[in-house]
Amino acid sequence: MKNEFKVIADLIEKDKKVLDVGCADGTLMKFLKDNKNINIRGLEISKDKVQKCIVKGLTVIEGNAEKDLMQFPDKSFDYVVLSQTLQAFLNPELVINELLRVGKKAIVTIPNFGYWKIRLHLLTKGTMPITKTLPDEWYNTPNLHMCSIKDFVHFVKSRNFKIFKSLALNNENVSLINNSNLGIKNLFADLGIFLIEK
Amino acid sequence: MDTKLNLKTLIVKKPLKLDCGKTINNFPIAYETYGTLNEEKDNAILVFHALTGDQFVTGLNPITNKDGWWFYAVGPDKAIDTNKYFVICSNVIGGCLGSFGPSYKDPDTQKVFGTNFPIITINDMVNAQNNLLDHFGIEKLFSIVGGSMGGMQVLQFISNFPDKAKTVIPIACTSSHSAQNIAFNELGRQAIAADSNWNEGDYNSKNTIPNKGLAVARMAAHITYLSKKGLQEKFGRKLQEREDLKFGFDADFQIESYLRYQGSVFVDRFDANSYLYITRAMDYFDLAKQFNGNLSDAFKETKAKFFIISFTSDWLYPTQENKDIVIALNAIGADVGFVEIESDKGHDSFLLDVPDFLSALKNFLDKSYTDN
Repeated sequence: MKNEFKVIADLIEKDKKVLDVGCADGTLMKFLKDNKNINIRGLEISKDKVQKCIVKGLTVIEGNAEKDLMQFPDKSFDYVVLSQTLQAFLNPELVINELLRVGKKAIVTIPNFGYWKIRLHLLTKGTMPITKTLPDEWYNTPNLHMCSIKDFVHFVKSRNFKIFKSLALNNENVSLINNSNLGIKNLFADLGIFLIEK
Repeated sequence: MDTKLNLKTLIVKKPLKLDCGKTINNFPIAYETYGTLNEEKDNAILVFHALTGDQFVTGLNPITNKDGWWFYAVGPDKAIDTNKYFVICSNVIGGCLGSFGPSYKDPDTQKVFGTNFPIITINDMVNAQNNLLDHFGIEKLFSIVGGSMGGMQVLQFISNFPDKAKTVIPIACTSSHSAQNIAFNELGRQAIAADSNWNEGDYNSKNTIPNKGLAVARMAAHITYLSKKGLQEKFGRKLQEREDLKFGFDADFQIESYLRYQGSVFVDRFDANSYLYITRAMDYFDLAKQFNGNLSDAFKETKAKFFIISFTSDWLYPTQENKDIVIALNAIGADVGFVEIESDKGHDSFLLDVPDFLSALKNFLDKSYTDN
């Protein structure tokens, strides 16, 4: 299991109710179910991936976060997880609002467009950056709204959401992000992980 | 119809009050079982059949001498694996394969009921079938499964008996018959009524059968079970055993010949009055209405795990109507999974060899069973 999922799992206490939005093949869901006794649900747009979740015995609803989060009542989950998908929505702000309505807390991870390799790629090559976390070409990427860790922090603050924890991930290294190191983390982390609340 | 076949039948002694107000007792439910009920009695699956189905889910149907209607899904090592599970299916009341229905003789008058048979509902059907659980001494079914009208029965069953199933699988169905659904059923009923042999439902005493009307009803319904794309790919404008158009009203096109054939074989196995009664039961089905318009309330007493399946090309019970059930369940935090299966085979997809569907069904059941 990738390090990002281990970090997410560490943010969630045992026996909670969790919705994994864009749960893909259910790797994180399965880990949370087996190791933390989490009452876990998934929402996934790809039919193939839904089938993979069913094989793992996971409860998954085929659907689209932008339309289908609406059906869940307010605060019906302790945590709602959104892993590296925010940038692929037509309206990320709407999705964030929905995550924070449906979940008491939300865990959002974003591929950091401020990462130094991305900056360097654009600076030296002058073409759209391709990295391990952003492997697609500009013409076939699902990502519509890339942002940096700094952008995301500014956004969350501007909407007066509470940030409980901000973590920077660079390969295997996890570190806390705070006001004083935001610029540095924004340069050296390829992934940001945020625990937020409305 | 040959009713002298040795059908397994349970005579229900307990009175059953029907939605129409009448009470019935000492009535038969014809059923079939597959696989073996284990000692713990926790491996039973109750399968509910669709409009024209019967208790012969799989294996050879002794009436038609063809494979049972859910041959693809039920059997040893299949999606509903009869090596593991004990499968029960019964003919619905109102049906014509041994259960209490309009072709049954009224014990008081010794005459076939015909249209003197009481109007029955989906609710009545599942209340009648619940007696099978007592018969087998099953407290809780491992699963209840059904497609189309079978799915409606699944929804009604878990609403009526919230503790009696661990898992619940409604397939290609709806919680409420739409105007379009009712319209197609009415077309079928009017086709039967327009056949002079129908004789206001009293055809048994005249030794006739409204087979033309029933065949037309079946033909019309059959179109609704297929998709436009499926029809086009299978038949297109292909001609039936001829080089060119014949400039007449004979079946020039293969699709015409196919529909005529479907109509003609149907009348050999199905009773016209049963067709009227069962389509009526479907039209009356509106689960939300039973709960003052709040579908969620139908499920609020159950802890069962739901898995809802729809098909992309099903326009009779389209994905959105299946999703409405998912939405109602999510509104109360129920354990519900949902998948829409890609298929060109229309509403009939659930009866056919659609691998993605069959594997989803199998994986859901087997995983839920071992996670016990």
